[in-house]
Amino acid sequence: MGSFAGGGLPPDDVVVPALRAGDEAMFAALLDTWSGGLLRVARSYVSTDHSAQEVVQDTWLAVIGGIDYFEGRSSVKTWVYRILVNTAKKRGARESRTLPWSDFEQDGRAAGLGEVPPGGWKEVPAAWPTPEGEALASEVRGLIAEALAGLPPRQRIVITLRDVEGCTSDEVCAILEISEANQRVLLHRARVAVRGRLADYFESVKQPE
Amino acid sequence: MKRFTCDELVEVITAYLEDALDQTARDGVQAHLACCEGCERYVEQLRTTISVLGDPPPEKLQADVYDRLMSAFREGQRS
Ligand SMILES: [Zn+2]
Repeated sequence: MGSFAGGGLPPDDVVVPALRAGDEAMFAALLDTWSGGLLRVARSYVSTDHSAQEVVQDTWLAVIGGIDYFEGRSSVKTWVYRILVNTAKKRGARESRTLPWSDFEQDGRAAGLGEVPPGGWKEVPAAWPTPEGEALASEVRGLIAEALAGLPPRQRIVITLRDVEGCTSDEVCAILEISEANQRVLLHRARVAVRGRLADYFESVKQPE
Repeated sequence: MKRFTCDELVEVITAYLEDALDQTARDGVQAHLACCEGCERYVEQLRTTISVLGDPPPEKLQADVYDRLMSAFREGQRS
């Protein structure tokens, strides 16, 4: 079996038989492609890097043990992420870092954010500098990481899956078992919060004209 | 066509970017963006935010975890 590095994974109907046949290169490709994302999502549920690593390890062990029974009702990716979320939730509960998942519906009905006052912009948002140079790029990355860490957990998980990991909205709804509308509201609030954080930062470093 | 005020527009912008608005609302958003500097810049900044989010620092499994998983896979297949 060749290497998949950089080229993305083959379709599920290639992946599943390969895993069942014990194809180590295929398993390694899955580990390399998805473990980073699984770690990022796990961090929304548990408090330490050690716990996140363990959650991801237990997820892959469950995948190894379960691949023969995988029925293909969802994609392999959705299946793996669902195992991760369930494993992380249990672990988070043990660390008493429980997420109020039942509040999902409530969040979906929440009122406006008040980003713009009725009547329109008092001031047009200030232009952002073009990201050039490593220093700015790494500062912005640090800021994004902080902004993500400061989000309410459900918003953080949704924005991580969608914008950081590039999952589709269908995938996120299936992984988290939430409605399309809820998914969108959580994503919206999270994006608005992160944009606001960047806007505050660029405002604060702006050179006097 | 639906007419949006700036505060209404900002509220539906994720739905717009998700292509989840009906045709009338969609046209309304586009018409508003074409002539409102504030909202146009806001949307541009949201898109920048999304693209920066999509370029995160790499995360890796610890080497011992990786090795443990590879051998678990090998053994799982043998049994
Ligand atoms: Zn406007």
